[in-house]
Amino acid sequence: MSNPIVATTSLAGCFGCHMSLLDIDERILQLIDLVEFNKSPIDDIKTFTKQCDIGLIEGGCCNSENVHVLKEFRKNCKILVSVGECAIMGGLPALRNGIPVQECIEEAYLNGPTVGNNTTRILPNDDELPMILDRVYPCHEIVKIDYHLPGCPPRADLIWEALVALVTGGELNLPYEVVKFD
Amino acid sequence: MRTTVKNIIAKYNNDKTRLMDILIDIQSQYGFIPEEAVEVVAEETVLSKVDVVQTLSFYHFLSQKPVGKYAVYLNDSVVANMKGRAEVAKAFEEEAGCKFGSVTSDGMIGLHNTACIGMSDQEPAAIINDVIFTNLTPLMVKEIVQKMKKGVTASEMIKLKGEGQNGSALINSMVFNNIRKSGPVIFAPYDGGSSLKKIIKMTPREVISEIKASNLRGRGGAGFPTGLKWDFCTKTPGPRYILCNADEGEPGTFKERVILTEVPKLLFEGMAIAAYAIDAKEGILYLRAEYKYLKAYLENTLQEMRDANQLGKNIEGKEGFDFDIRIQFGAGAYVCGEESALIESAEGKRGEPRNRPPFPVQKGYLDKPTVVNNVETLCTVVKIINHGAEWFTTMGSRESNGTKLLSVSGDCEFPGVYAIEWGMRVRDLLEMAGTENVQAVQIGGPSGICIGPKDFKRTISFEDIPTGGAIMIIGKERNLLKDVVLNYTNFFIDESCGSCVPCRAFTVLMRNTLKKIIDGKGVKSDLDNLVDWGNKMKIANRCGLGQTAAQPILTTIENFREKYVELLQEDTKYELGFDMEKAVAASCAYVDRIPNL
Amino acid sequence: MSEKIKFTIDGKECFAEQGQNVLDASRDNGVYIPFLCHVKGIKQAGSCRVCNVKIAGRTMTACTTPVAAGMAVENDTPELRDLRLAIIEALFVEGNHFCPSCEKSGNCELQALAYKFQMMVPRFPYQFPQKQVDAENAKILIDRNRCILCKRCIRSFKDEKGRSLFAFKSRGHKLQICIDEECAANITDEMAQEIMNICPVGALIKKEKGFNEPIGTRKYDNKPIGSDITSVI
Repeated sequence: MSNPIVATTSLAGCFGCHMSLLDIDERILQLIDLVEFNKSPIDDIKTFTKQCDIGLIEGGCCNSENVHVLKEFRKNCKILVSVGECAIMGGLPALRNGIPVQECIEEAYLNGPTVGNNTTRILPNDDELPMILDRVYPCHEIVKIDYHLPGCPPRADLIWEALVALVTGGELNLPYEVVKFD
Repeated sequence: MRTTVKNIIAKYNNDKTRLMDILIDIQSQYGFIPEEAVEVVAEETVLSKVDVVQTLSFYHFLSQKPVGKYAVYLNDSVVANMKGRAEVAKAFEEEAGCKFGSVTSDGMIGLHNTACIGMSDQEPAAIINDVIFTNLTPLMVKEIVQKMKKGVTASEMIKLKGEGQNGSALINSMVFNNIRKSGPVIFAPYDGGSSLKKIIKMTPREVISEIKASNLRGRGGAGFPTGLKWDFCTKTPGPRYILCNADEGEPGTFKERVILTEVPKLLFEGMAIAAYAIDAKEGILYLRAEYKYLKAYLENTLQEMRDANQLGKNIEGKEGFDFDIRIQFGAGAYVCGEESALIESAEGKRGEPRNRPPFPVQKGYLDKPTVVNNVETLCTVVKIINHGAEWFTTMGSRESNGTKLLSVSGDCEFPGVYAIEWGMRVRDLLEMAGTENVQAVQIGGPSGICIGPKDFKRTISFEDIPTGGAIMIIGKERNLLKDVVLNYTNFFIDESCGSCVPCRAFTVLMRNTLKKIIDGKGVKSDLDNLVDWGNKMKIANRCGLGQTAAQPILTTIENFREKYVELLQEDTKYELGFDMEKAVAASCAYVDRIPNL
Repeated sequence: MSEKIKFTIDGKECFAEQGQNVLDASRDNGVYIPFLCHVKGIKQAGSCRVCNVKIAGRTMTACTTPVAAGMAVENDTPELRDLRLAIIEALFVEGNHFCPSCEKSGNCELQALAYKFQMMVPRFPYQFPQKQVDAENAKILIDRNRCILCKRCIRSFKDEKGRSLFAFKSRGHKLQICIDEECAANITDEMAQEIMNICPVGALIKKEKGFNEPIGTRKYDNKPIGSDITSVI
C-alpha cells in the first residue's frame, strides 16, 4: 500500500508557510513515513508526475501564472488546502487591492524610490512574463478549496494536526491556541 | 457668509434640535453647505463639526459640494426605468454636457440620480430646484436645458399644469393627481372642521374609545391599532407630541402626495383630533424633501386653519385645547419613514432608527411620549369621528376595516390613486387598472412581496397581503431579476443607515451574488446562500428597512424560482466568478501587450 | 432594595436587577453572550447584532432588551451561533482586516470572536473596499480599514460642552468614522490610550506606541473571549 501523495506550492506568498511546515521539528521524520511528496519546493519536483491526494497552497493569486498553477493543482489533487492568510484572503500582497493596477505598475517600475535609473521607462511586457491581475485573489475565488488553515504563518502544530487528520482520516480536534490569524 | 448663516441659525433660536432646518436653509441659500457654514453652525449650536457633518452627510439632498445652479434629480426607480428613464437621462447628459453624478464645469447644471420621488404614475420625473417635472421625454429635456442656459428659472418653465389644486397659484405644478377611484372615506366630501366641533363635546378618552371601536389600523404598512397607540401614549406623563409621517419614500408610493395636495385640511384636522385625544400641544408634519413644492401651499393652509380657530389657542372655543403644527422637511432618506428614525431626524440628527424599548409612545420626540401616525391614518380618523366607528366597520374585511389608498403604477393603462375597500382581490385591482400580460405584481413596494399570477386571487388585507399602498405592475416583457430585483436591492443598499451589520453588509453581499447569477455565473449554492443570508437579515436587523431589505430577492426566489434556476450553471471545481481575460485586461493594456490566455 | 428578577438563559436560572438589560445581566450570572458594540455603562448601540438572542421565538439584541420576570433567553443554539458567525464573517469581508500587520492582533475582539466561532474563512467573498487612513491627529491614528462602525468611540467621548469627539459620516456601506479636529486637538496620552482601549479592533491606534506584548501572550491568544465571564461563577 502506497502512502498518500502530497503536493505543495507557493503562489503569491513568502514561503513562510512552507517554513512553518518545516517547523514541525522532529515530526518531519514521521511525516516522511506518512506521506510521499510530489510536485513541491520541498523535494524540488517541478511538475506533477502523478495524481495527488492533497495539495497545500501557500499564497494568493496576483498574476496569470499563479492562476495557472492553482488550476493545475485543482486538476491534480483530490483535496486542496489553502494554507495561510495569503491563500485565504490575499494577505500582504492584497494591500494593493483597491489601488488601480496601473498605479501599482507605475510605482514598481517608474516612480518608486527603489526603481533606480529606468531611464528608458520600460514596462515589463515580454510574452514570457506572467500577466498581472487587476487585484490579488484569494485562492477560493478561483478554484474550489476544501480546507483553510489560517495564520501568518499557520502554526506548525496546525499544519501538522490538519495534515495527519487528512491523511489518516482521523478527527481534527484543535486546541484553541493553535488557530490564529497572526 | 458668516452673517447670513448666523441669521439662518438665529431663526431657529440656535437650537441644535433644529439642525435639519438650519442645514436645509443653508443648502438652498448656497446650493451646498460650505465648510465655513459648517463651522458657524457648529459654533452657534454648540456642536462639534463632526456632529454637524454627521447629520448633513446622512441626507441625499444635503451636500458639501455644489450641486449645480440647476440641480437635476432624476428618479432612478424601477417604474421610472420602465417608462423610458434611460433615454431621458441620455438627453440630459448630452444637452448639459456632463454625466450623472457630476456638475458642469461652469457649475451651471448638476445631474444627480435619486430614489423614487413619489411620481410613479407620471414617470419619468425629475426634481429641478424643488420644481417637479413629470412625463419627461428627450424632447422636453432638450427644451428644459436650453432654458437653463438662458437663465429661465425652473418654476417659469412650467406651462401645462396638473388638475385640481396642482394648478393653484401656491403650488403651480405640472403634477397630476390621477385619482382613479375616490372611495367613501378620504376623498369623499366633508365639512372642514366639523369633527373638531364634535370632539370638543367628547372627553379625550371617548375619542380614543371611538377610534378603538373603529378597529382603525395604521396605514403606513405595519398596521398597529391606532386607538391603542394613542392610549399607550397617554400612560406616560407629557408634554406629548403628535408627529405625522409624510415621508412616503417606499418606491411606488404617491397617495400621500395627493392627499396633501387635495385635502391637507383633513390631515391637519386629524392631527388636531389626535392631539386632543393624547393632550399634545405641538404637532409636526414630517414631510419628505421631494414634496417641497407643496411648502407654500401647506404653510398657507395651516395659516387658514389658525385663522379659522381650527389650530392655535382654544380651538373651536374649547378652553385649553391648544395645538399647532410645524412642518419639518426631510432631506432625502428613505429610512426616515421608520417612526423612530423620523423622530431622530426631526431632532436634527442622522435618521438612524432607535432601539426598542422604549417605544416612541413612551419616549419619542425630545424623549417625550409621542404618537407617530401616517397621513392616511390621520385623515381616516376625521371621517371616523364624523360618521362614527360603526359606519367604518361596515367596510373592508374581517381584520381590516375601512378603505385603503393604493398607489398603482407600472405596466398598466390607468396608473394613479385607488381607494379600495380592504379585502379586494389582486386580480380585480389589476382589471381596474387596465392591465394585460402581467408577469408579476409588487405589493407594498420593495419591502413588500412580489407575486405572480397564481397569487392574483389573494386579497389586499392585513390578514392576507398587507400593504402601505404601493402596487407596481410588472409586464411580461420585463426582465424581472435585472430590471426589478436588482434595482430594489440597490435601493436598499443606498438607503441603509449603516448601523446594523447585517443590513449594511449583507445587502451589498446579496446584491453581488444576485449580479453573479444574472451574469450567468451563478451556481446552485449561490441561490441557497441568497435564501440563507436573506432569512438572517429578516431576524437580525433592528428596523423594518433592514428586516425587509432582502424581500425583493427572497420573495422572487419563492414565487419565481424558475427565473433564477434557468440562469444557474453546473457547479464544477472551478469558480465561474473568476474571469482571467477581465482580470488581466487592465495591466496588459497598460504595459502594451496582447494577453496570451 | 428592589427584588431581583428571575429569568433563564438556556435553561440556567439567572437573576437580574430591575431594569437591567439581558447582556449585562448575563455577565453578572456568569453566562457569556457574545457581543461587539456594547460597553457596560454607556448607552447601548444595538448595532453589531452579535448579541442577538431568542426570546419567546423572537430574535432580539440582548444589550437593548431589559430583563423581564420569567423571561426564557436562548443564547447558545446552533441557529444563533451560525447567525453570529455570519455577522462576524461579514465584518471581515466588508473591511480590510489583515491581522498579521495589525497592532491589535491578539487583543482584538473581532478576531477573538472569529477564534471563538472557529472561523477558518468567511462564507462571503472579500470586498477589498478602499478605505482611508486618517493620521492628521497628533495622538490618534484612524485606520478605517479595520473599523467595524460599532460606535463605541462615538458614544464614549464627548467634551465638557457635550460635543462629540467622534462621529459618523455618510450612511450605509459608505459609513465611516471621523474625528473632530478641534475637540481632539488637545487630547492627552492617557485619553489616547483610553480611546485605543475602547476600540474593539485596531481602528483607533495610539500613535508613537510600539508593541508592548509579543504575539502569543496577548489577551485572546490562549484564552477565548468570554472566559473571564464564564469563570466567575
